[in-house]
Amino acid sequence: MTTAVTVDARVLRDLLATMWRIRAFEEQVGALKRADEVHGLIHLSIGGEGVAAAVCRQLRDDDAVYSGHRAHGHAVAKGAPLDRTMAELMGRDGGLCQGMGGSMHLVDVAHGFLGATGVVGGNIPLALGSALAAKQRGTDVVAVVFFGDGAVQAGLFTESVNLATLWRLPVLLVCENNGFAEFTPRSAHTTVERVGDVVAPYPLPRQTVDGNEVADVWSAFSALLARARAGEGPALLECLTHRLRGHYEGDPDRYREAVSTEDWQRKDPILRLQRAGHDAGWLPAGEPAELEKRARAEVEDAVTWARSSPFPSAVPEELR
Amino acid sequence: MAREITYIAAIMEGIHQEMARDDDVLLIGQSVGGSPEDPFVATFGPDRVRVTPISETAEIGMAAGAALAGKRPVVDCTMAEFLLVAMDQVVNEANRFHYMSGGQVTAPLVLKAGYGFTAGWAGQHTGSIYGMFMGVPGLKVALPSTPADAKGLMATAIRDDNPVLFLHHYLLTLETGDVPEGEHLVPFGQAAIVRPGTDVTIVATGWTVHRALEAAEELAADGVSVEVIDPRTIAPLDVDTILASVARTGRLVLVDQATKHASVSAIVAAEVAEAGFSSLRAPIVQVTALDAPIAYAKPMEDFVLPDVGKIVAGVRRAVDATVGAGR
Repeated sequence: MTTAVTVDARVLRDLLATMWRIRAFEEQVGALKRADEVHGLIHLSIGGEGVAAAVCRQLRDDDAVYSGHRAHGHAVAKGAPLDRTMAELMGRDGGLCQGMGGSMHLVDVAHGFLGATGVVGGNIPLALGSALAAKQRGTDVVAVVFFGDGAVQAGLFTESVNLATLWRLPVLLVCENNGFAEFTPRSAHTTVERVGDVVAPYPLPRQTVDGNEVADVWSAFSALLARARAGEGPALLECLTHRLRGHYEGDPDRYREAVSTEDWQRKDPILRLQRAGHDAGWLPAGEPAELEKRARAEVEDAVTWARSSPFPSAVPEELR
Repeated sequence: MAREITYIAAIMEGIHQEMARDDDVLLIGQSVGGSPEDPFVATFGPDRVRVTPISETAEIGMAAGAALAGKRPVVDCTMAEFLLVAMDQVVNEANRFHYMSGGQVTAPLVLKAGYGFTAGWAGQHTGSIYGMFMGVPGLKVALPSTPADAKGLMATAIRDDNPVLFLHHYLLTLETGDVPEGEHLVPFGQAAIVRPGTDVTIVATGWTVHRALEAAEELAADGVSVEVIDPRTIAPLDVDTILASVARTGRLVLVDQATKHASVSAIVAAEVAEAGFSSLRAPIVQVTALDAPIAYAKPMEDFVLPDVGKIVAGVRRAVDATVGAGR
């Protein structure tokens, strides 16, 4: 059961293309990490592309997005160029942050990707601040913050929900609930099953959707976004999703059952949207392969560009 | 035109004048703007003067986010120890964004907090805990010792594009001094030589600057000429002024209310040992708090903390000692 029919086919096509760009990007990052061309601690978002695409593609460049340690997909969906994003992950001077931030600290101000932070939950109050600034300026700009279900057990989550509702801030809290807080299942962290239930006492709309059903994420977020833009305050969107890879690249991932191929084919947000598109008739048979090919070519170009960028040799003058 | 006002009035005047000058300056805190008659609420309204719940992490983090978005929030964090509740947001987020983003964003945030209230407030409300912040990249730390510096450093802090920790000493709250009425800016990273002298250099901060001056007066009667330096900001730290002074005097006594191993004193000692060793004619003397919590009972509070007598004794030790005398 999906609500795909209610979302315009042009939108769904765009979401599919965005998901392929993220998937191709993330797979390439994983390969480059194994080849030691990508330096440092890497968390991939393969399996979660649907949430990133359906949320970020509804936002404008002047809306602020904050992400956490698993940030590549959110940055790409918000409009960060693949070449400079890849260069950042490869620690190059041409990277978004001149090689000073890396995977967990991507920032692309030009596209309103205000930033990724590496400490779980640390980004939530920052998003409140962007929302406060937007509200004080009298604009309809919103702030969106992505975090995992692991962040919900941190005190700052409740502090932030309290403050956001108290001041009716235009902030959208998007929880990617993949059922695992780093290496342990949600059941080992809390007795509350749904993140939406955690915020029950607060006056903010909350909705839980299947995060791998892209059209559902789009529709749910669209309604909450409209409220926030109209000055009606914050909202929580909980997206149930799946992390295909381990917590980080190199994680032996022994703490959970490997997903079977059939299971994954049922869950994969890309394959699901392609099946829906085929069934509904808006996606011609050859198009998925074409989208994938185009995305992989674009990522290849990004890698070529990144490789041509030198490593930084000194701390940039303006940072001293 | 200068006139005499209290240290705390000078701080609030600095904030008020900056709020009048720049609409982006906000005042946020758990006990600000309590009534419509509050001079900040009355002038700037409740949108710019905001009381927050006792949620240090969300409060400071939200202010940091507003700073990233172009506002200039001043957060009144009340007491330095309360910063510890929100440590990630104080030392690990906004202060790193400018650097980590390759210069794409700035975070003009001021965290104002009191410290050093040694009046029987015991182990969790009296700490001089700036040592744990002074080595944090991207965070500036101001420690004013006079009303004029308090106003001027606050104005500079608000105009600075980096997060600034503005720590005011509680024991100075009602001390008075001449303060310029209009715009007054004190530059960061410029120490003040508050008393010139030729025999011994004392470096002290906050309330201990005044104790060092008392000690210098006492020693002058014995013919010992003491130079007293107040760094005013400890990040950035004006090492050059200290080194130049030590080059003249050859002796260095460091006075600090912090625990010895987390003090400005230890850092200055290291800098001078590294860059000014050849100037020294005696070992560096540190007069700091003991590495212990501040006790409640008055005699034990005194036992833990530096005072005029301990400073005088420290200076005499420096004057009497000679490098290599033990060989």
